[in-house]
Amino acid sequence: MSIPADLKYTKSHEWVKVEADGTVSVGITHHAQDLLGDMVFVENPAVGRKLNAGEECAVVESVKAASDVYAPLAGEVVAANDEVESSPEKINQDAYGAWMFKIRPASPADVNALLDAAAYEAHVASEAH
Amino acid sequence: MTDLKRTPLNATHRELGAKMVDFGGWDMPVNYGSQIEEHHTVRSGCGLFDVSHMLPLDLKGENVRAFLRRLVANNVDKLQVSGKALYSCMLNEDGGVIDDLIIYYMDETWFRLVVNAGTAEKDLAWMQKCNADWNMGLTLTPRRDLAMVAIQGPDAKRVLNEALPGADSLTETLKPFNAAAMGEMFIARTGYTGEDGFEVMVLAKSVPFFWKALMEAGGKPIGLGARDTLRLEAGMNLYGQDMDETTSPLESGLAWTVDLKTERDFVGRKALEASEVTQQLAGLVLLDKGVLRSHQKVFTKNGTGEITSGTFSPTLQQSIALARIPLGIAPGEEVDVEIRDKKLKAKVVKYPFVRNGKVLI
Repeated sequence: MSIPADLKYTKSHEWVKVEADGTVSVGITHHAQDLLGDMVFVENPAVGRKLNAGEECAVVESVKAASDVYAPLAGEVVAANDEVESSPEKINQDAYGAWMFKIRPASPADVNALLDAAAYEAHVASEAH
Repeated sequence: MTDLKRTPLNATHRELGAKMVDFGGWDMPVNYGSQIEEHHTVRSGCGLFDVSHMLPLDLKGENVRAFLRRLVANNVDKLQVSGKALYSCMLNEDGGVIDDLIIYYMDETWFRLVVNAGTAEKDLAWMQKCNADWNMGLTLTPRRDLAMVAIQGPDAKRVLNEALPGADSLTETLKPFNAAAMGEMFIARTGYTGEDGFEVMVLAKSVPFFWKALMEAGGKPIGLGARDTLRLEAGMNLYGQDMDETTSPLESGLAWTVDLKTERDFVGRKALEASEVTQQLAGLVLLDKGVLRSHQKVFTKNGTGEITSGTFSPTLQQSIALARIPLGIAPGEEVDVEIRDKKLKAKVVKYPFVRNGKVLI
């Protein structure tokens, strides 16, 4: 599956989308869900929580394993998606559509430091050994 | 990096698009798409598992029954009809579990054992040592020339009959936990899913054709991922997780497999009889949202315990586990499980959780 060019990425396999209102949506990549397999549990951060970049802030669990989700950048959680919590399989069905939570970035320019699609693709390839 | 071992069906799995993983040194399919769908297929239809990584071992000789009387904790004298199978632990002198295995009685000079993949070499070395130390004079033959396919689910018998013309005369009469040899082919009505089904051994070179015929008859390939959720729902122990060399079978839910009624002297018996049983293996169902996993701590009114196997149950749509907890905690009681930084509520239940497609808790 191709990696959407309009999103940004982290080495820990989160994707980030800049919304029109200046907040960013965060989810896990198609590659990440493929590694984990069938999703059965999602725990999102509480709305209002202040996050540091790289901080563990959510958990996704598949039948197989639990995996931490890290904050791609610093900011405040402004929304959490109940839909993926009640139906975690949405992440398997459409990883880039199933956002988990939204952050209002402390510094909007931080987004520029994240990986673009080409850099993320190279990162995935390097991990495949 | 060492080369992974491959079963004779390795190329078949790759052609089917399986996700392959390193499973104890073996390159095995974890799923062919969705693990949850594969799980439901076995509960409602027919699934096919490549279990060729497990090792069949033929024990032959005049003293084979006497050898097994002493080697394993269950009593092979329960095996009097050719083809009958027995599940048993093989213990060390301390009463710890070296492995769990299935013993098929064929005749008084031939018993066939099937042992776990990860313990195969250790098991064989131990058996050879005992054979020599006890002057039994047996021949122990590892059968890596055989492949093994498990055909499991309510539709398993129809699929096997269709894939193997002439099998129906056998499958119609073969009772659960019995086997029959037909030349080099060996058909057992056994499994690790809690459903009806068969485990069939065939020559390794024939197994790709056999697998293809089973798929053409409607069997669906199932990976090791679903094998684990199926066996856990069925309340079946997994060696290395629910018991190992440091745990007693009496504290691992396996007392039913240890024969202490007869006077028979077997390896580990003295240690078991001298030990005090303080723990039990119990079933847990998570009442909160989340997933129980092995090594999570369990807090009970009688002290702490630990989850040995945990997963999300596709049949129950909630998380289930086996846990080693103190004695005196009864089904119906609530306990706390520590998951990350939280304590979540779980209920103790009598397992199996699911058998023959039906929820039992």
